[in-house]
This record gives sequence, C-alpha cells and structure tokens, in this order.
Amino acid sequence: MQQSRFVPYLLIAPATLFLTLLFVVPLVQTLALAFSESGAPSLGNVRKMAGDLNFGLSIRNTFLLVLTVIPLQLGLALAMSMMLQKISRGRDLVLWIWSIPLGISDLAAGLVWLSILQDRGYLNSLLFAAGIIDGPTNWLSYEHPISLFVGVVLAEIWRATAIVLVILVAGLQLIPAEYAEAAEIFGASPWTRFRKITLPLLKPSIQSALILRTVLALEVFAVVYALSGRNYPVIVGEAYAWQQVNQNNGVAAAYAMLVMAISLVATLVYLRVLRVRPETQP
Amino acid sequence: MTQFRTLLASAALAALAASAAQAQEVIFLSTQLRPIEEATKVRQIILKGAPGTVTFVVEEPSPFQTRMDAETQAGKRTISMVGALHGELQPLVGSKGLEPVDDLASKARERGVPDGMMALGRLGSDKQMYIPWMQATYIMAAKKEALQYLPAGADVNALTYAQLGDWAKAIQDKTGKRALGFPAGPKGLMARFFEGYLYPSYTGGVVSTFKSASAETMWGEFKALWAHVNPNSTSYDFMQEPLMAGDVMIAFDHVARLKDALNAAPGDFVTFPAPAGPQGRGFMPVVVGLGIAPGAPNRAGAAAAIEHLLKPETQVTMAKELGFFPVVKAELPADLPGGIKLLAEGVAKTQDAKDAVASLLPVGLGAKGGEFNKVYMDTFQRIVLRNEPIREVLETQAKALTAIMSETKAPCWAPDQASQGACPVN
Repeated sequence: MQQSRFVPYLLIAPATLFLTLLFVVPLVQTLALAFSESGAPSLGNVRKMAGDLNFGLSIRNTFLLVLTVIPLQLGLALAMSMMLQKISRGRDLVLWIWSIPLGISDLAAGLVWLSILQDRGYLNSLLFAAGIIDGPTNWLSYEHPISLFVGVVLAEIWRATAIVLVILVAGLQLIPAEYAEAAEIFGASPWTRFRKITLPLLKPSIQSALILRTVLALEVFAVVYALSGRNYPVIVGEAYAWQQVNQNNGVAAAYAMLVMAISLVATLVYLRVLRVRPETQP
Repeated sequence: MTQFRTLLASAALAALAASAAQAQEVIFLSTQLRPIEEATKVRQIILKGAPGTVTFVVEEPSPFQTRMDAETQAGKRTISMVGALHGELQPLVGSKGLEPVDDLASKARERGVPDGMMALGRLGSDKQMYIPWMQATYIMAAKKEALQYLPAGADVNALTYAQLGDWAKAIQDKTGKRALGFPAGPKGLMARFFEGYLYPSYTGGVVSTFKSASAETMWGEFKALWAHVNPNSTSYDFMQEPLMAGDVMIAFDHVARLKDALNAAPGDFVTFPAPAGPQGRGFMPVVVGLGIAPGAPNRAGAAAAIEHLLKPETQVTMAKELGFFPVVKAELPADLPGGIKLLAEGVAKTQDAKDAVASLLPVGLGAKGGEFNKVYMDTFQRIVLRNEPIREVLETQAKALTAIMSETKAPCWAPDQASQGACPVN
C-alpha cells in the first residue's frame, strides 16, 4: 500500500528530471538573456526587437502562413481520414504512403520543394515542355511575393498534413461504430452523420492536432529558409538571423520569448474554444 | 658542481617538456577553409611538414565564438590555436579568448608581413593579438561571352559603376536575362560590398559619409543599376554556383567564393576589379589571422605550427591549393592552376589599380560587427528592394549606426578620416 503511493512519482521522475535539465533550465536562461543587457535587467533587447526592420513584417508573415496553412491542413486531413475509413483493402499501405513526409526533416522538405520551384526546377521544366513558358521563370524571388507565398504554403501542406492526419485517424478509431449505425437506421445522410456524430466525437483529437500543428507552424523556419532565404521573413527566421548573422543573442532570445508567448496564447485559446465536457464524451 | 647539476637537470627537464609538448597534439580551430575538400588539403598538404601533430578542426563563425567563449568560461581549454578572419578574432579580445603573441611577431616581420597588416593584428591593443596568416579580397568575374556586350569605350579592367550598369542593361536588352549577380543571400557577403566597395568609391568613406549628399546620389544610382541585377541575388550566398549554372554572367564576390567556378572552367571566365565611382575604386583586403588561446594546452606546439604556416613555401602552396594569397614575401610560381591564376590576376589588378581606395575591415566594433553589417543591409533592403525614400532611410539608419559607434567608441578607420573618439556619422 505504502509502496504503491510513490510508484507513479518514481516513474515520472526521469522524464521530469530530463525536461527540467533540457527545457526549464535553458528556458530560464533564455528569459534572462532576453530581459538583460550586459548583466543588468533591461528592456533594451525587446525595444531593439520591436524597432527592427523586419519585426512587424515577420509577425504578419508568420500569422498569414499559420492562418492559411492550418485550416487547409485540417480540412485535408479530415477528408483524407474519412476516405481511409471507407477503404478496406490496402488501407495500411495508403496510410503509410500518406505519412511518408512525416519522416522527412523540414529542411529536407524545403529543399525538395526548392528543386521543384526554382528557376531551373522541375515545375519550370514541365511548363517549358508543355509550351506554357519560354524560359526559366522566377517563382521564389522578392519580386513575386504571391508565388513565393504559395510555394511556402504548398511545401508546408505537403510536409505537415500527415501529422494532423495520423492524430485524426487514431481519433476516428476510438468512435464506436454503433452511433453511426443507429443514425443510418434512422435515415441520417452521410453528411449529417459526419456533422452530428463524427465531428463532435472527434473534437478531442482535433484539439490535440490543432495545438500541435499551430505551435509547430508558429515555429516554421527551415522550409521558409530553404525556399526563400530571407525574402519571406518569419519570426523564428529573425531569431536565427539575430543569433547567427547579427550576433546579438539578447535580441534573438527576445524573439524566442515572443514565439513562446504567442504559442502559449494559441494553446490556451484552443483549449478554451474546443473544450470537451466529460459528459459529452462516449 | 651542484649548480652545474641543477642546470643540467633543468635543461633535461626543459628538453623533456619540449618533446612532450611536441608529442602532444595541437588542436587548431578555424573558421576558414571549412569545405571538406579545402579542409582535407589543409590536413594532408599544408600541415604535412608541421612539427608535431596538428589537428585541423573547422567551425562556422557563430559556433566558433560560442565554443571559444564556453572554453574561456569553463576555464578548460582544448583548443591551442585559432585561425579566423580579422573581424572574427576581434570579439575574442574582449572575451579573453586570445593571448598576446608578441614572441612570434618579429619572425613574421622578418618574413615580410607588411607593417600595416601587423598593426591590424594588434586589434586595437598595444600587443600583437594575432599573426596574419593569409589574405584575400573581393573581385569580379564574368563569362567571356558577356564581354561582347561591353559598352563602347569601356575597359573591363577599369569599369565605372555607370559602365557596369550599361553593360548589364545591354545584356538584358539583347538576351532578356538579368545577368549581373551579387551575393545578397542570407550567408552572402553583400554587406562587405557596401562597406568596402560602393561607399568608398562614391563617398570616400564608410561611416563618416553614411548619409552625405554623395551617399544619397550613390543609392539612387545603385537602385537604378539593380534593375538589371538578377532578382535571385537575394538568395545567392556563393556566386560560384549561379556562375556555374549560367544564371548570371557577371558577379561580384570574395575570391574564395568564386574559386570553384573558375577552377571548373578557367577558359570561360575573366576576372577584373570592382568598378570605380567618383572617389576612386574601393577595395577591401581581407586578412585571416592565427592566434593562440590563453592557457592553451600546447602553446609551444601552436607557436611551431604558426611558424610553419608562415614559411614562404607553405604560403605559396596555400595559394596554389586554396586560393588564399601570401602575407609574407613570396613569389607565386608561373604554373598556378588555371582558376587560381585567374583569381591571382583579379587580385593583382585590384591592388594595382591606379585609382584604388583601400578600405580596412571594420576595426574596434567588438561584438557589434554583425549589427554594423545589418545597418548597411537594412539600408539596402529599404531603399533598393522596398522602394523607400532614400533621404528618409539614410536619416533613420544613421541613428542606428550612431548608436553602434557611440556604444563601441570605435574611432574611424580607413578610408574615413581619422577621428578623436567615436567615428561620427554624417
């Protein structure tokens, strides 16, 4: 009896220790870096960040990307997971192929899309062969912000829809088949069944998927960096530039804090908006 | 007798210590020659004759600083010797990552390292903080097929910015391609183009003339020239790649970043100095230095390795194999490989140009070097890429520059006129 009380704590101790060492300690150090200058507490780094040429632009760009990519990904992943439900033979194979991008690092994914979209890339070769363009056409330069943005969105959707899909597929499997069967007997159309049964019962999974995806999307960097260099500034890209190029780790830390704050707020919003009351769960 | 014995014993001890030091390896950390082929050449060819075991390790500039600072703070050194650009060694003075190497300075002078370069190696202190190792600069390279479009009367070896613009425009008119390229990508060295080439050529200064009337004219003309520049320039880090791919035909870059293209097809290219403006032909020599870390595990070994790297024959081999040029008195052989020969010609034409205006790398900025570059890059972005009004941008960016100068109290460096105290921004 006595012993079993401590067992859970004992079991989570290694993970807690690990997170404290590798997450909490660096977090406190970053906080200290962001809010001090030459050892003394100061808001200088934050002021410098807010006064920076790319500050507003990088926030705008990051949000634009998140607000475009996440709804598209959620819609796509929902559609894909519903389709999977209907497949009986070869379902695992399809799921496996769809989740391949999960295994590719984001920088590699960015480079894949770069090789497609750059001046002498596959897309231009294809368009040229089809007689649509008559030479290398530029899609990713600062002169074409819209095609650059579309390129980044495509790459992000390709790369990260699978993570949403996997979570939703797992969630769908938890929904008992009886509800849908009962609804079918009462004559509910597939669309009604989807809206009134599947979606509400899938809410906890959607919530986890959205939180995970949004936090990761706010931290988007490698794909953007590979495709655009600094032609499409994003928040984490600016943090990287302040650390690596401008060699000011105080301002870089301030940017890191900004990303963390935005991610926290987004998570809280999701938890509140998509809250699931225990009595509504199956 | 006892005295003699002590002497003998201490001599034996010293010899023992020396041989122990020789046997112990010297870890040589460098921010230069990072690509694997270059690092291999350093290990297998350049360091072959060095006494003892020298282990050549490379690191990008930012991790280099972090590692040096971490070792200083931990009080435990693994690195004996460093090789880095002048501007990368500068911050190590403040963070106590370098120790004076005055004992090696006289030998370097004897070998013919110029006094001006030795002075750079003092990094603003009264001690020798690094020994110059090798040098390079920035030049231009063009495909030979581009020469047919040169404007009438223009000499490729004595271009002006106006002629470069006309040349690029002619190519665009005839071929439809914007064939001029600059390394303005995230890892490109575009800031050095503004600091060492454009500003000195137009204004005769870098800091003190930042927002002068001539700077205003300069940005206006450069913006006009940019209309003929390949828009992918904001993604180019090393110009050798777009040159080889045929995306650009004319490019400006550091010699080490043009080398692969020139080596791949020496017959296809010409090299020539960067253009001149109303105040002359700005150019910026780049110095790579060798330093020793305080508390180095093997100081004697590091000193011996530095001595080896400064031998005229080692320096000539470095030029042949790596495209970095000697700092000591050494005659380059006639049988240089094609690409390196083109580089050497470009460098010689740049240094010997009658209207050359030499600019130093920024001096005395310490850890603010990155933010100093940012002022020039931000100015470029706002004026050229975002079409903001020139005067307004110069006024606001000048405030950022003034803040850096007054914070670091760095006096003006050439080609700016010498100043009392922090270099003024006018």
